[in-house]
This record gives sequence, C-alpha cells and structure tokens, in this order.
Amino acid sequence: MDQGLNTAPTILEMQSITKEFPGVKALDNVSLTVKASEIHAICGENGAGKSTLMKVLSGVYPFGTYDGDIVYEGNVVRFRDIKQSEAAGIVIIHQELALIPELSITENIFLGNEPGRGGVIDWVEAQKEATQLLARVGLDDDPDTQIKNIGVGKQQLVEIAKALNKNVKLLILDEPTAALNENDSQHLLDLILGLKSKGVSSIMISHKLNEIEQIADEITIIRDGKSIETLNVKADGVDEDRIIRGMVGRTLGNRFPEHTAEIGEVFFEVRDWSVQHPLTAERLVVKNSSFTVRRGEVVGFAGLMGAGRTELAMSIFGRSYGKFLGGKVFKDGKEIKLRTVSEAIDHGIAYVSEDRKALGLNLLDTIKRSIVSAKLRKISRGDVVNEIQEAQISEQYRKSLRIKTPTVEEGVNKLSGGNQQKVVLAKWMFTDPDLLILDEPTRGIDVGAKAEIYGIIRDLAAQGKGIIMISSELPELLGVSDRIYTIFEGKITNELPVSQADPETLMRSMTSSSQKVVA
Amino acid sequence: MSAPVTEKKGGFDIRELKNLFGGGGSLKQFGILGALVVIIIFFQIWTGGKTLQPGNIINIVQQYSYILILAIGMVMVIIAGHIDLSVGSVAAFTGIIVALAMQDWNFPWWAGILLGLVVGALIGTWQGFWVAYIGVPAFIVTLAGMLIWRGGNQFIGDSATVPVDGPFQTIGKGYLPEVGPNFGVNNLTMLLGALVVLVLIGLEVRGRRTRKVMGATSDPVWLSVLRVVILGGVVLVAAYLFATGRVGTSFPVSGIILAALVIGYSFLTNNTIIGRHIYAVGGNKHAAELSGVNSKRVNFFVMMNMSVLAALAGMIFVARSQASGPFDGVGWELDAIAAVFIGGAAVSGGIGTVAGSIIGGLVMAVLSNGLALKGIQSDLVQIIKGLVLLIAVGVDVYNKTQGRPSIIGLMTNRNKSGSAPTDDTTSNEVTPGGGTPNTSVPADLK
Repeated sequence: MDQGLNTAPTILEMQSITKEFPGVKALDNVSLTVKASEIHAICGENGAGKSTLMKVLSGVYPFGTYDGDIVYEGNVVRFRDIKQSEAAGIVIIHQELALIPELSITENIFLGNEPGRGGVIDWVEAQKEATQLLARVGLDDDPDTQIKNIGVGKQQLVEIAKALNKNVKLLILDEPTAALNENDSQHLLDLILGLKSKGVSSIMISHKLNEIEQIADEITIIRDGKSIETLNVKADGVDEDRIIRGMVGRTLGNRFPEHTAEIGEVFFEVRDWSVQHPLTAERLVVKNSSFTVRRGEVVGFAGLMGAGRTELAMSIFGRSYGKFLGGKVFKDGKEIKLRTVSEAIDHGIAYVSEDRKALGLNLLDTIKRSIVSAKLRKISRGDVVNEIQEAQISEQYRKSLRIKTPTVEEGVNKLSGGNQQKVVLAKWMFTDPDLLILDEPTRGIDVGAKAEIYGIIRDLAAQGKGIIMISSELPELLGVSDRIYTIFEGKITNELPVSQADPETLMRSMTSSSQKVVA
Repeated sequence: MSAPVTEKKGGFDIRELKNLFGGGGSLKQFGILGALVVIIIFFQIWTGGKTLQPGNIINIVQQYSYILILAIGMVMVIIAGHIDLSVGSVAAFTGIIVALAMQDWNFPWWAGILLGLVVGALIGTWQGFWVAYIGVPAFIVTLAGMLIWRGGNQFIGDSATVPVDGPFQTIGKGYLPEVGPNFGVNNLTMLLGALVVLVLIGLEVRGRRTRKVMGATSDPVWLSVLRVVILGGVVLVAAYLFATGRVGTSFPVSGIILAALVIGYSFLTNNTIIGRHIYAVGGNKHAAELSGVNSKRVNFFVMMNMSVLAALAGMIFVARSQASGPFDGVGWELDAIAAVFIGGAAVSGGIGTVAGSIIGGLVMAVLSNGLALKGIQSDLVQIIKGLVLLIAVGVDVYNKTQGRPSIIGLMTNRNKSGSAPTDDTTSNEVTPGGGTPNTSVPADLK
C-alpha cells in the first residue's frame, strides 16, 4: 500500500474553488485532490468551509454559482444538482440522516431509485437487492423493519447501503460518527476501510481526530475558507496535535484549562431516581440513581449513547423526559420539588441540551432575545420586557463569552455551532443557576471553541456553581471534571475522583454493571 | 473581533436612504408597505381619483375594519403555529346572540357588547381547551368550530335576520362627532391626526435615545427627520381626507377601535413576556418548553384571544349592517389568513407581525375596493385576489429558496445593514450553510 500512494490515479481534483455568499467569501481558492481508493479526511474548524466545499462538489450549489473547476475521473464536470453528481457516482451522506422513519429499510434504500417498470415497483427484486446490500454493510436486520425502530448506528449503515445501490465511487461522509457510540463508530470506520479495499474512495469530514488518524490516508486542512495544507498520514507522521495545529494555525498548548478546584460542601443531591420510558411501561430508563454535586465542582457523567445520561438529566430538569417513578432531590439540605421546567429554573437549575438546534434555541430568534429567553421576568416590570436591559445584558455576554457576531441583533441561525453554543450557555448563565447541567456541551463544535467552552465551565465552577457535565468524550471528561460518575443501562455503575480515573477504567464501568468500585 | 458599534460619519450619504423605513423604526414589514403604496397609486390613477376620495377611504375603513381585527388575532395564532378556520362562524354566532339579547331581552347596548365578548371568551375557552390541553390540531378543532358555530347561529336565529338598532350601531357605523367651531373640517379627526404626528416624533426621539443607551448605531439625523416628515405628512393628509368627507361623516369609530387594537397588540407581541412566549413556542416548541415556557398556556391564550377578537369583529359587522343574519362572516377566515401571509408570516410558525398583517389586509382591502370602483365583477375580483395572494407569498418563498434575501425579509429586517457586503466585521463565522449541525437525541425525545 505504501508505495502505491504516490502513483495512484486521481479520482477527483477540485481546482481553485471560490464560493461567495452575499458578504462572505466562504471558499477562497480551495483545492482538493483525492486519489482513487483512498480515504481523504477534511479537517477544519466549524465555519471553515468544509460543508460548503462538499456542497459545491455534490451539486447542491450548482455549476455557475462558484468559480473554479471540478475534474472528476479525468473530465471537467459541471453538476447542476445532486441527481447529476449521484449519477456520476458521488454520493454524500449528511450528518442529519435523510431517511424516512415511517418507511422500511428496503423502501428507504430504493427511495427515488425504485427498481421496476413503468412506475410499478418490483418489490421482490428490491427485497433481494436490499438483502445483498445489507450484507455488504454488515447489517443483519430484516429489510422490512421500519427505520424508526433501528438505532442511529444502523441507520447510518442503511445510508451507506443506499449509497452502494447508486454505484458509489466517491463517498462523502459528513461527521458520520457524531451521533454514534464507540462500538457503532468502530463498525462504521471498519466498513469505510472495507469499501476502500473494494475501490470506493471516501471523503470524510470529522471532528474526531483520533478516527481520522486511524483510517485516513490523506488529510486536507481548511481554515477560514482556504485550503492550508494536505498531509499524508503515514509519510508525514501525522498525529492529533499536528492536525490541530493546522486547523487553528497555532499550537493549542493545553487543550484543557489549568485549574485548582476549590470544592465546597455537597449542596445538591439526587436519591433513588427512577424514570420510565415515555412509551413502554416496562422499560426503566433510569434505575435508582443517586448522586451528589458539591459547590465549585465539575461532576462528569460518562456513559455511552442510550445509557440514560440525557434521560436522567432531563427528567430531573422539570420532568422533561419520560414518566417519573420515584426519587428525591435535595438542595442545600432541603427536599425540593421539580415538577415543571419553571420550578427547576426557579430553584436555580439550568439544563443545556445536547441538541442545541432542536432543543436549545429558537433558530428564528435574534441573539439578544435568545439570551434572555429563559428568565424574561428578570428584566421585566410587570409583564413588559425592558428592551434596553435586554440589549445591554446580551452585549455583556457577547463580550465576556466572545460570541463572534457583528451585533447581538443578528439571528442565531447565522452563527457557527460553537457560537450558538455560547449563546445557549449565556442563556442559562443569565438564569443565575446554582447547578448547571451541561449535556454534551462541546458536541459538533470546533477545537478552538471547545477550549473556550472548557474555560467557561471552569470559570463557572470557580464562582461556586455546581456543574454536571455529560459527555461521550473521555479525554474531555478527564480534562475538565473533578469527579466522574459512570452510567450503564440507566444505573450509576461507578464514581471516581478524576485523579483515580483513566479511560480504561471508565470504559469498563460504562460497558458493564458488574464491578462496583466505590472510591 | 472589532466592536459592533461602527460610528457613522455625520456627513450626508445617499446610501443611508435604504434605511428610511428599514432601519431604526419600530414598524416592520415595510416591504409590503411599499406594495400597498404602489397599489393605492395605481388605483388612484386608474379610477380617475376615486380611490382617495374621502367617502371612499371612509368606506374602506368601515368595510374592512373587522377583517383587520381578525387578522390581528390570526397572526398570533399563526405565529404560534396554528390556524383558526372558525372565526367567521364565531363572529356570526356572537352576532346573533348579541342581536337577540338586545332585541328580545332588552339588553342595553353596553351590556350587549359585554355579552358578546363573554360569548367570544367562552367559545375561545372551548376551542383553546381542545387545542392546548387535549392536543387536537387547531385545524381540526376550528374546522369543527366552523360547523358548530355556523349551525349554532342558524339554530338560534332560526336562519332569519335579526335587526339591531340604537346606539349599538355606533361601533360599526359611527364617526367621530363634530365639536368646536366649524372650520369646514371635522375637528376631532384633525386633532387625532395631529396627535399621531406628535406621537411619531416622540417615538423617533425615544428610539434614537434608546439606541444610544444600548450602544447601537442610530441613523443619521437627516434620515430621522425625513422619516418623520414623510410619515407625518401621510398621516396629516389622511386625517384631512377623513375630516372633509360628506357632512356628518369623519374618521369611523370602528377605525378607532382597530387602531387601538393594533397599537395594543403590537406592544403585546413585541414587548411583553406572553408575546415573546408566542414567538418562542411557534419557533421551537421543545426549546421553549425547556426554557420554562408553558406552551399549553400559550396555545390556549392565542386560541382564546382569537375568538374574543372574532366576537368583536362580528359585533362591528352586525352594527354596521344593522342586523345579524345566517350568512354573516362567511369566508372571513380566508381573508384574515390571506392578510397574515401577505404580511410576511410563515406557515410553519414563529414568524409574523401585527403591523405586517394589517398592511397585508389593507393591500387586499384596497385591491377589492379599487376593482369594485371600476365595476369589475366579484367573480373576477376573487380570481385576482387569489392570484395576488399566491404571487405575493410565492415571490417571497422563491427568493428565500434562491438564497437571495426575501423581499419581505429585506425590507423588514432592520439589522440588515449590519451584515452588508462591505462590512468586514462579518467574520467567516457567519458562513451560510457552513458549520456542522448536530441532531442526536434519543428518538423518543423528539
């Protein structure tokens, strides 16, 4: 393989691509060369232009709306829409999966591409092909299963099966593992490697640098809409720090803030918390969980996707998830009732959702209105909102959290992921919480913004607030927390001070409930 | 990152003119306002000056005030993500009860109005209950309501017409009275016009001061002055027209009710907590609930409020036509909904303004009126109104999907100047279509 790297034929060459939006140059002279049968990663901070580049390639932005040439399999191509690029064998799988939940696996695979004659679908043929395609991606579910009944990991595989059905030669994956747990991620990465050995090239956008390091042959780094460099993983001896350096244009010394925690007494305690699945009565999503939070302490919650972390947090936050079965919450030694979200907010609890677009923000709103939205009373007299205070307060947060925007009157939909997350943080800081529950606070945001968010978290803890941080990224938990709980299948399986925690121990407790090691 | 406050030079820059009605002012939806002006001028020429004759504009206000009142309630319903098809039937149902109460049970006029509002509130409670607390889509609840209250009107009134008389007629037919010395104009109407001009000046001054306190940029002074002169001029000319109609006529009482409601509800939607909550629920219900918003209460409120306004509209109509009949209010819901969407609201909720909807309603009103003046038959008028609705919303949607700023959005977003192409403070962070969103929530949370 090694010697083939330089001589392999080129499948795709994007030459000096420039794409402008009103007021912004999203791509400035970007070039990208992908060789046949290679996995090419594109790295860059959020807003660097990765997704825009892929949209140019796949015809979402049709020929004529950008400058530069796309040479694909030796010919200059001019895609006018996705259909044309797919016909040429370029298939893009978006981070937000484009599957229809109510339809079966088979129906989804062949959607828009149904086998048959004169508009009549040949279901027998479809079923047969679907089974073969599923075998190729290593999925043994019944092809008649509805998409809504399989997990995100399997849905991702269905997307790939759908791409294979289109005779894909160049597969584009936008953050394919963002929503997957470690096992599913590994399976997916193996599959991409397997496709490569069968001659399918892949372009992969990901923030998970360890995955890129693991499977990519070459890496192109994009920063501020410009292609900075292309690295050969093996020849250049690329590691995570090298990629980060390219992405941010500087060395991020320590990604996690130095801190000396001044931890106070226990002020928040949950005892024997149990929650039932909203639809299935016999399914307990959270089982008899008890934990404590001290003032000035960052408590990490480690668990795989679906372990019940989010469900635990949301059910405590005003019973926003599932059906409450039992359990007590104590704050400052007194039992408190958190039956609604407003009760929770009044008791000084804030919850920053893992899904800021669906649950965290009203994307139609402006930055300033979003920031004050969770506690309008604070700046209202009677029921009338004081707009001057609203502007001043949001301006303060813009400065202190360094939200990158020309003005707080801008819509939040114009912000990048990291800046949107800062708006969500500002929104909850504005409620003066004593306890902040942060659910995956750095998901889908770039390295630079992550470091800033870690800094904000430690600052809040230094002010004496209790922080619960739920995260799938163990390095992040280990870097920011003072104490870590692990959750597996709705149960708290372990509790460790960060000094005694390491990734292996945590991962063991996250994947089995057998050993209860209480520190 | 440079500071957001870009100091504007004191000099005269003609490009600032684009902010004349787009920047700084508290009114939004000026895109459609432009369309309204064009339509008025067009019909003024085409009808040989009949459109802007005092008698005609007084007529327009009286004839469409109830539709515009419905549009106020409807835009709030639509912002919250619902629809109300029952308003015409609710208006008719209220109308017949009020008419009967006054005729058969000898209710005085004020008790009749009070009764009407109570009836509207009860109907609103009923419909709001189904929408907010049972979770039946408003489309279904109000489709049922459309049948129920229409049937109710005909059942109670025996499908007959019930006349109303006396002072009750004032809310539909009344005018500002003549007071003071006779200058050949209606003094109160002129006084009202002058008052509005003073308020405009006050708002502009206050707006500038507020923006200064907030540290935001204000428009140059000449632009503020120009804006006040133009708006004030329009108000004074309008006041003069209203004040010089046929003797005994002036600015209609129904117009005053409408104006009070527009001001009140604009304030409610923009500046109060419940108003913010309506936008929040319509924009993202889940996010709103996780921010402590009681979405059920918001939904209940908008449905309830709509029925009260529908009751009011029904009473104004009854007062104007001096009778309540079995087919009052047929098709009103469609006029109100059309006004709201022409006024820039989004079908999916979360977007829309009271002022925009009123202007959207006026577009339809002037159009119908102008076509009627030209003697165009009602069948053709309907076709034309349908096409106008389709094209107005279609152009806006098309522009949005093409990535161009929407015409309505462009004219209405007063902050557009901040992200103009020349503005280097617009960093790469605001790349359209950039960024990597993230949707991973347990499927059962959605």
